[in-house]
Amino acid sequence: MPQTMPDALLPLVVGLPFAAAIVAGFLSTHARGAAALLAGAVAVVDVVLIWVAYPTVAGGGVLLFELEWMPALGLNFVLRMDGFAWLFAGLVAAIGALIVLYARYYMSPEDPVPRFFSFLLAFMGSMTGMVLSGNLIQLAFFWELTSLFSFLLIGYWYHTAQARDGARMALTVTAAGGLCLFAGVLVLGHIVGSYELDRVLASGEHIRAHPLYLTALILILLGALTKSAQFPFHFWLPHAMAAPTPVSAYLHSATLVKAGVFLMARFWPALAGTEAWFWIVGTAGVTTLLIGAYVAIFQHDLKGLLAYSTISHLGLITLLLGLNSEVGLVAAVFHAMNHATFKASLFMAAGIIDHETGTRDIRRLSGLHRFMPFTARLAMVAAAAMAGVPLLNGFLSKEMFFAEALRAPTSHLLIHDLIPVGAVLASAFSVTYSLRFIHGAFFGPDPVDLPRVPREPPSWMRFPVEILVLACIIVGILPAATVGPFLDTAIRSILGEATPQYSLEVWHGLSQPLLMSVVALIGGVALYLALQRHLLKGVEGAPLIRRLDARRIFDRTMVFLSWRLARTLEGVLGTRRLQPQLRLMLCVAALAGLCAVYVRGLGPGNLFPAPPDPALALVWAVGIACAIGAAWKAKFHRLAALILLGVAGLVTCVTFVWFSAPDLALTQLLVEVVTTVLLLLGLRWLPKRFEVGRPPEPRVYTLARHLTDLAIAVIAGVGMAALAFAVMTRTPPELLAQHFLARAYTEGGGTNVVNVILVDFRGFDTLGEITVLGVVALTVFALLRRFRPAADSIELPEQQRDQLAYDAAHPRQTDGETVSDWLLVPSLITRVLFPVIWVIALFLLLRGHDLPGGGFVAGLTAAVALILQYLIGGTRWIEDRLTVQPLRWMGIGLLIATTTGLAAWLFGRPFLTSYFDYLELPLFGTVPLASALFFDIGVFALVIGAATLMLIALAHQSVRGHRVAQASEEGQPTPPPRQAPALAGED
Amino acid sequence: MEGIVALAIGVLTGSGVWLLLRPRTFQVILGLSLISYAVNLFIFTTGGLRTGAAPILEPGTAGSLADYADPTPQALVLTAIVISFATTALFLVVLLAARGLTGTDHVDGRERNQ
Repeated sequence: MPQTMPDALLPLVVGLPFAAAIVAGFLSTHARGAAALLAGAVAVVDVVLIWVAYPTVAGGGVLLFELEWMPALGLNFVLRMDGFAWLFAGLVAAIGALIVLYARYYMSPEDPVPRFFSFLLAFMGSMTGMVLSGNLIQLAFFWELTSLFSFLLIGYWYHTAQARDGARMALTVTAAGGLCLFAGVLVLGHIVGSYELDRVLASGEHIRAHPLYLTALILILLGALTKSAQFPFHFWLPHAMAAPTPVSAYLHSATLVKAGVFLMARFWPALAGTEAWFWIVGTAGVTTLLIGAYVAIFQHDLKGLLAYSTISHLGLITLLLGLNSEVGLVAAVFHAMNHATFKASLFMAAGIIDHETGTRDIRRLSGLHRFMPFTARLAMVAAAAMAGVPLLNGFLSKEMFFAEALRAPTSHLLIHDLIPVGAVLASAFSVTYSLRFIHGAFFGPDPVDLPRVPREPPSWMRFPVEILVLACIIVGILPAATVGPFLDTAIRSILGEATPQYSLEVWHGLSQPLLMSVVALIGGVALYLALQRHLLKGVEGAPLIRRLDARRIFDRTMVFLSWRLARTLEGVLGTRRLQPQLRLMLCVAALAGLCAVYVRGLGPGNLFPAPPDPALALVWAVGIACAIGAAWKAKFHRLAALILLGVAGLVTCVTFVWFSAPDLALTQLLVEVVTTVLLLLGLRWLPKRFEVGRPPEPRVYTLARHLTDLAIAVIAGVGMAALAFAVMTRTPPELLAQHFLARAYTEGGGTNVVNVILVDFRGFDTLGEITVLGVVALTVFALLRRFRPAADSIELPEQQRDQLAYDAAHPRQTDGETVSDWLLVPSLITRVLFPVIWVIALFLLLRGHDLPGGGFVAGLTAAVALILQYLIGGTRWIEDRLTVQPLRWMGIGLLIATTTGLAAWLFGRPFLTSYFDYLELPLFGTVPLASALFFDIGVFALVIGAATLMLIALAHQSVRGHRVAQASEEGQPTPPPRQAPALAGED
Repeated sequence: MEGIVALAIGVLTGSGVWLLLRPRTFQVILGLSLISYAVNLFIFTTGGLRTGAAPILEPGTAGSLADYADPTPQALVLTAIVISFATTALFLVVLLAARGLTGTDHVDGRERNQ
């Protein structure tokens, strides 16, 4: 029984790379050294931290770090490190450190290198998070993060189409796989009843017997196989070679593609051991192994060759996992490690060649060992490890693979015989392409016509390769003494008691696997010699299966999905016209409502309706008539419709008074006034419309449309009426009501419960609400600044025309003199009323906490006072005399409201906690004083600002309209041309 | 009593929906206003219809639902009224801008027969 030991080490291991990624993202674009130093330091610290954890996991312990995430659902953020996770985390961090060093020299100073390291670190963090996840959902999350950051890394040189396409393809394939994995782990979690990895791994028997096992298995394997580039999803990997070489070396050796392998090994105890596992995983593995190795031989790009070889080796590991044998698992994990070391070093060597010669094309490269002897030797050793030459690490895992292939646990004789043959064949292929890599690049005559003169790279750039190659050799010679204990720890943490006997010896005697190795080596060399002539021709693509291009299929599918299918669907289902859209939306809404009624039923309520009051009935008879009238007249008689709408609003307002909602009535009344003014202001720019004229289409269509709309309207109306009646004849829930009523005075210090709710209990909502109001006002303001109004559609009023004519006819009168006295008496009255209305506004504000009123109402009242002046006096007259700065009002209002909320922090209370007390003032007596009042003052100021900003901005359009008109036409009724005083902030 | 208010909500909704489906922007804006009356009334009625029970407490006491109307829907509707004013204003300005840009007040920015 492994003991769990919570350790704060784990969040550090995962968190550090992410934190450093953010820091690196903020470095200056050319801070190559600083970014590399940061990334390197983080990688080294991670290696050290992981190393520190070794004693615990070596003893069979598990490091565990838990944070509650959604405890109600039993979901926690769990980091968990056992031997296997330790091994992979170590690989990720250690190879990451080497990659950083290499990238420091590989990346050109002209590139934005900090961005590169930022992505690389974030990727390292995601990968570490993935291997250390102790929760399935969290694992899927980090899995998707690795897809995302690998996308960013592959597309790092996004100015090239190749990088963009490669990145997009990788993301499409791996993220789609990731979604499958997510669905898979959800099913798995459902089977087990928990998303905790420990629980899942312990319930293997239960999972395999469950009817949903196959669903979960296929979904999870889709995730793993896409990530590990297994056939038929392998095509994204070669295209990901458009990435900078350090990225390829990292992603395709130790990390990204190994994630799939990791996942399969991780879930081995839970999912493996069935026929389905053998067939799916084994088939994918063996196909990928052979195809990858075969295609790799015919690649002319060094990185392309390595890419297909990676695919092939991943196939080998997958096949080993698919064999359902414990020793197979050991071999798979061992080969994953070995592959990481030799493949990373080969990628780096290819990068060095590219960096120093300017090309990676084997057809152009030749004889480089004379120019870079040291690099050549390193590459040769690594390639020999890849080919499985004895005394190197690749040989050991390949021997184990051969041994396992001979023991494939299947009843089908044919398959039983085919697997060893396939293994030897693929092995021979790998010898061939390794030879091609070395012979093509380093031997032969001196290269001609290279973009650069080849030479040895800086020694620090070669250093990571040296380390890795050294590891290949040491492990190859002394496996049991070097990696033996680590491998053992990793395997034990997966298999526990079931860990098999295996031997990590170089020499197993003259056994069958050794014979197979020899055959493969000789066969590979022979094949290379035989293919010389074909390869020298330099034909693109592998013979026989050249037409089988998965990429083309992928591209066609993408074009079909994202273009043809989308266009067809848009053509069939879409419309750019608003009316059909709204019609559809309303129908769907009505249908949804009806479904709800159908499911739950809408029987009679438990309350008996009160007898109707004739007065209210009369009021609503008017209201209903007005509503219908507004609907009827809105097209040709806009003003009449607007007045009717106003009446309907007033009737609503009366209803609020009737049913004990004085605050609502006040607000509704004021909003009604302001809205009507607003709409009136807008009327002048709408086109004239008369009821005459030839209809543009046959009457029958119009009639049909009208009837449909009428039916929808009637259904909506009847539905809402029924619903409202049903709601009203049921006892309302009283939970919140009771709560607010009981506490409004005792805890909020106000008797007007609605206001106390707004400024105190639900103050945060109100803060959001006034912010929205401010945003809308700013949007209106911004839109109107850009907007050129249409020509006025309304002439001057008849009276004004008469007055102008009078001025023109009488020489003693100057033009516009009479008209300036227009509406003299009303304007005098409103001017006198201005301070009075403001006093009312302040009164409403101050009493709001205890009696109907409050910030919203008061703000609207004050805005009405201002608007009246505009209406009567005209925009220019009023702005000559009064400076209104709505933007400031809004800003100050929002500031006051927020500051009041923040002030609660000073007293150690949560945001927006209110405080109240009673203050003894001379003369006034006891005055209630609540901090909520200040909040309400903020609301007040913002509402004034927002309402006036919108109305004034609209009013200014008329001034601008006049200015345009003035240029063309003389004798406007406006005062002599003068720069209109600018609204605060207007251009 | 409940019947009258339900009928009112129904008619306001119906008229609003009808206007919402019309082709002219001004009709749509009036329709939205009517619908907002209806919705506000509806939310308000979820607290039940009470006369003479405004939620203004006697100073110094804790209220109870027996004596006062439910203040929660009222608080909700109060902010809803203000926000619906803001959206009406926004929509009006969009309407005017569209009219200035396209030269028509059709909701699609162009006449049906064009």
